[in-house]
Amino acid sequence: MSVLIFIDHAESQVKKASLETLCYGAKLAEQLGTTAEGFVLGTVDTDLTSLGKYGISKVHQVNDASLNQLDAQVYADVSGQLVKAVGATVVIFPNNLSGKAVAPRLAARLKAGLVSGATALPDTSAGFVVKKVVFSGKAFAHVKIDTEIKIISLNTNAYPVTETDGMAEVVTATVSVPASKVKVTKSNAATGEIVLTEAEIVVSGGRGLKGPENWGMVEELANLLGAATACSRPVADSHWRPHNEHVGQTGIAIAPNLYIAIGISGAIQHLAGVNRSKTIVVINKDPEAPFFKSADYGIVGDAFEVVPKIIGAVKKLKGK
Amino acid sequence: MKILICISKTPDTTAKIAFGDNNTKFVQDGVQWILNPYDEWYSLVRAIELKEKDPSTVLHLINVGGAENDPIIRKALALGGDEAIRVNTDSGDSYYIASQIAAVAKQGVYDLIFTGKETIDYNGSSVGGMIAEILDLPYVSLATKFELNSNSAIVTREIEGGDEVNEVSLPLVVSCQKGMAEQRIPNMKGIMGARSKPLKVVEPAATEHLTQIVKFELPPAKAGVKMIPADNAEELVRLLHDEAKVI
Repeated sequence: MSVLIFIDHAESQVKKASLETLCYGAKLAEQLGTTAEGFVLGTVDTDLTSLGKYGISKVHQVNDASLNQLDAQVYADVSGQLVKAVGATVVIFPNNLSGKAVAPRLAARLKAGLVSGATALPDTSAGFVVKKVVFSGKAFAHVKIDTEIKIISLNTNAYPVTETDGMAEVVTATVSVPASKVKVTKSNAATGEIVLTEAEIVVSGGRGLKGPENWGMVEELANLLGAATACSRPVADSHWRPHNEHVGQTGIAIAPNLYIAIGISGAIQHLAGVNRSKTIVVINKDPEAPFFKSADYGIVGDAFEVVPKIIGAVKKLKGK
Repeated sequence: MKILICISKTPDTTAKIAFGDNNTKFVQDGVQWILNPYDEWYSLVRAIELKEKDPSTVLHLINVGGAENDPIIRKALALGGDEAIRVNTDSGDSYYIASQIAAVAKQGVYDLIFTGKETIDYNGSSVGGMIAEILDLPYVSLATKFELNSNSAIVTREIEGGDEVNEVSLPLVVSCQKGMAEQRIPNMKGIMGARSKPLKVVEPAATEHLTQIVKFELPPAKAGVKMIPADNAEELVRLLHDEAKVI
């Protein structure tokens, strides 16, 4: 009957996206009159009992180091065993890279209806209906899950993290872990950097910045705000910035609290990647730039004059 | 080697999104249809490159949908592919689609199944993983590079802030995203040739939908942009802090 939440981790730490799913799952459990429990595949340094402060009563851990490598086939197998052992009827994943790899496999394995890209708690007043993003952020769909076991993968930065007092009981799960058919030969993780899809603030640059040598002020502003940096497609295609900074229709989709776009005109393909941002700021020399139509705040001006002023004001705000 | 490439039809990126029938149906009038960009630019092109390198490779394209999808399937064949298979049924949820594709794949004995990262209309990112589970195959999702090495694949997948190189034996399912290949424009020869390539229509397998869309919703309209004069740019910071409360 319980709500079971997948706790994603990397570099021995629980990911921020997981804290959001824990809070979401805990609230859903309350709504359904049942318990919320988490599960961890692999080993982490995070003190798992402390995860109780996000509203869960228990953490099931499969303490097998081979699971520190995410093999979607292995994860679906082990998760499936856990769901059955715990008797969970709702499973929550973050809609991040791990969730996208595992949730669909688990859904097929358990013949469980899956809604991926959820943005709100389910409506359980008449059935089980989950709101999700469709048409690349231009609309929402309310999707009814008809199966006994239901799986939801929650969009990052869609549900707030709140803390209470509470400790979770940590239990070692007894499941069998199949051998992986995937060998990881190299792993390049940029450690310590803010993960773009989890960032609350993103500072992004476009062709209006004229060249990679001008990104200093983008990075400075991002550092001051504790933000991640992003860019438009032409900037990535021209190799001014790395590909994993490209936000847009065929790049990454983000939903930060604040998106600051500098020198980006706002083509529809770019908007598709950022239209779920809660607040959008557009700085562009061209008053006709289409992006202003989707912005909350706009400045028509030369980025090279405007951004330094903003940096100065942020420094003052932060007491620096 | 035999590769199955999954292709979807989606509305063009610039399509106006509207719903009718009391917000239960997507309005199709005036919509321009395209091949899902992830399927076309990354999945299909990479498969074509593999065939260019080894011409004995056989490429099959598969689509789940009605006859109205045939023009889009021909567009894909114009880029490449030896034949296409269309499962003749109305589209459904990810599980329904994945089950249909898996049923065809079971009969065909494919070494590799490619899907795009997600479709730009439903953003499910699920079909590839579901096909892999139904067929009990390994799955690498959100791959940015794919190379072959005798009978195994070297697949680079995205991880937070970086990437990871995986070595997996075939058969395998891979979902493809940016980095896999470069978009191509079909040439005249391809377009003419597409007409005579086989497009087999098969009846659907008996399977189910596990979810259904009960209604759609448009996001609330934005309040309108608040413009700040460039010479008073500092005001933006005050507004973001005091009004929007985002910094």
